[in-house]
Amino acid sequence: MYWEQEKECMSREDLEQLQLERLESTLNRVHMNVPFYRKKFDEMNIDTDAIRSLKDLKRLPFTTKDDLRDNYPYGMFAVPLRDVVRVHASSGTTGMSTVVGYTKNDIKTWSNLVARVLTAGGVTKDDVVQIAFGYSLFTGGFGLHYGAERLGASVIPISSGNTSRQIKIMQDFKTTALVCTPSYALLIADTIREMGISINSLSLKYGLFGAEPWSENMRKEIQDKLKIIATDNYGLSEVMGPGVAGECLEQNGLHINEDHFIIEIINPDTLEPVPDGDTGELVITTLSKEAFPVVRFRTRDLTRIITEPCPCGRTMRKMQRVMGRTDDMLIIKGVNVFPSQIESVLFEIEGTEPHYQIIVDRKGAMDDVTVLVEVEESIFFDQMKKQRELIELIKKRLASELGISVEIRLVEKKTIERSEGKAKRVIDNRKF
Amino acid sequence: MLKIRNLEVGYGKLKVLRRISLHVDPGEIVTIIGANGAGKTTMLNTISGLLRPWAGEITFNKEDISKARAEQIVFMGCSLVPEGRQVFSTMTVHENLLLGGYVHHAKKRRHISEEELERILGIFPILKERDKQLAGTLSGGEQQMLAIGRALMAKPKLIMMDEPSMGLAPLIVKEIFNIIKQLRDEGNTVLLVEQNAKAALGIADRGYVLETGRIILQGTADDLLSNRDVQRAYLGRDLDAENR
Repeated sequence: MYWEQEKECMSREDLEQLQLERLESTLNRVHMNVPFYRKKFDEMNIDTDAIRSLKDLKRLPFTTKDDLRDNYPYGMFAVPLRDVVRVHASSGTTGMSTVVGYTKNDIKTWSNLVARVLTAGGVTKDDVVQIAFGYSLFTGGFGLHYGAERLGASVIPISSGNTSRQIKIMQDFKTTALVCTPSYALLIADTIREMGISINSLSLKYGLFGAEPWSENMRKEIQDKLKIIATDNYGLSEVMGPGVAGECLEQNGLHINEDHFIIEIINPDTLEPVPDGDTGELVITTLSKEAFPVVRFRTRDLTRIITEPCPCGRTMRKMQRVMGRTDDMLIIKGVNVFPSQIESVLFEIEGTEPHYQIIVDRKGAMDDVTVLVEVEESIFFDQMKKQRELIELIKKRLASELGISVEIRLVEKKTIERSEGKAKRVIDNRKF
Repeated sequence: MLKIRNLEVGYGKLKVLRRISLHVDPGEIVTIIGANGAGKTTMLNTISGLLRPWAGEITFNKEDISKARAEQIVFMGCSLVPEGRQVFSTMTVHENLLLGGYVHHAKKRRHISEEELERILGIFPILKERDKQLAGTLSGGEQQMLAIGRALMAKPKLIMMDEPSMGLAPLIVKEIFNIIKQLRDEGNTVLLVEQNAKAALGIADRGYVLETGRIILQGTADDLLSNRDVQRAYLGRDLDAENR
């Protein structure tokens, strides 16, 4: 199923022409209308007329989160405020929020792209979609809401929080598709179990999850517990919000809406593009945004391009699920460590729960890492020996995955604080 | 069908088109809107082979036409309805139409396709009535129809029209634009250059906004109609007054 087959399955040649045309007009507009870009291009002596192919893109400067903050709140807008019909702000996963705006056309485009992502994830106009993302400055709630409405689905704008009410509504309204963060989906699943509700009494079929990195194992867990098909989708407010990319039912990478975004993968250290297929930082240039175009925005998200064509028929290239962020990469004893690595190790070990927290301290001059791992209750009733064995096993696996040794502490279920939005996986107590 | 990448062109030392990329797919009406002097006519003249590009690529059905001669380009199926109609005023309507088919007929020893002529007179019944009349005696609207008919005689795959609404009364403009729409509905492909943005976007599938030699906006006609910059600059809407 496609939402816009002629676009989603267009030939690479036509797509490239369209990207070139849209890049051209975007550059002309940002140069004309955004003082930040005009100044930057002029300072660097960049003639936008000389950008003649997608390869020339790398001659343009990056836009960073700091640039957006420096122009807080409206400095990066390319249209007068009277043309802006909506304002959102970044969820501020890290640091201060940044403000983005949308024209009427931007909202239309956004809704359409989200409808594409929902369709790719299995949702149709016949579905009842429960949106458990916050409806706020955060783009998740409204973005998915407008997309689902555009699709013609029945939308339940429940927003995030109040898990037992979520479940009650899920039962009563016969929700067929759940939209939220993957960690919240797990919390909902666990709560359903605790409330003694049979999953078979629910009507859930699909889950579309995003806004935070998650692993393949977590997908399995969610699919098993909720008996749904779970797909990943990606977006960020600085670029638009949800709808930048989304998985199809092949569940093997997210199709990027390349007719509206050009993506590059760069090495975050050298800032040079990496070969297709290599992992690096995702950089996005918007092609159709009116109010808030960005050129080469550094997302800090780490991923790679999947070059193999997808059996689903879409020609839009795929990116692998986001593996982490360059800024939540922990440097521990000089080694780069991503929370997602720890997560995938824990998932493979029998007896652990998918809830964990990484605590980093500095003892003297040494970094010290403790991972809190929730374990099944049965382990606490059993002998100490079994607990010790489990700790040793986790330690060994983590050491071979990460290349450093970490402390493990087993904790009882529910010890680690549950999140209704983005899960807090890392507590870094080090002071630099 | 038509694909342009990074086109640059000008006169003498003056660069008029700075870097233009656009495309036209089969069966659609694509419009280029822009103010006087933006470079619209220059673009059509370049595609037609009347001007040589300084840089960039122009391909028509995957063939490079950037160096082709004007008559070759017409022969390949890309016809221009020039700005200000440019009918041969001292010749009859009939003769004007025959001249339009010249690229094909000349090769077949002046064998004239009566069928083609009949088809075109079917689209423009008024030309049939005026068959023997000198083109110079026609009204502006009739001359525009003749100019379009003449271009159709070359059996084009792509018809390019330069300001067909120029100097015509609103009612006649409506009639001409209905004909353009009808041509598209019959499977023709049209590249329409217009100052009358409202009329052009009203019938077009997609559009490009040209400003001082650069494309600053492009998208579906609906998106352009609801773009506030287009509304202010080209649709003559006083948005501030509306909001008051």
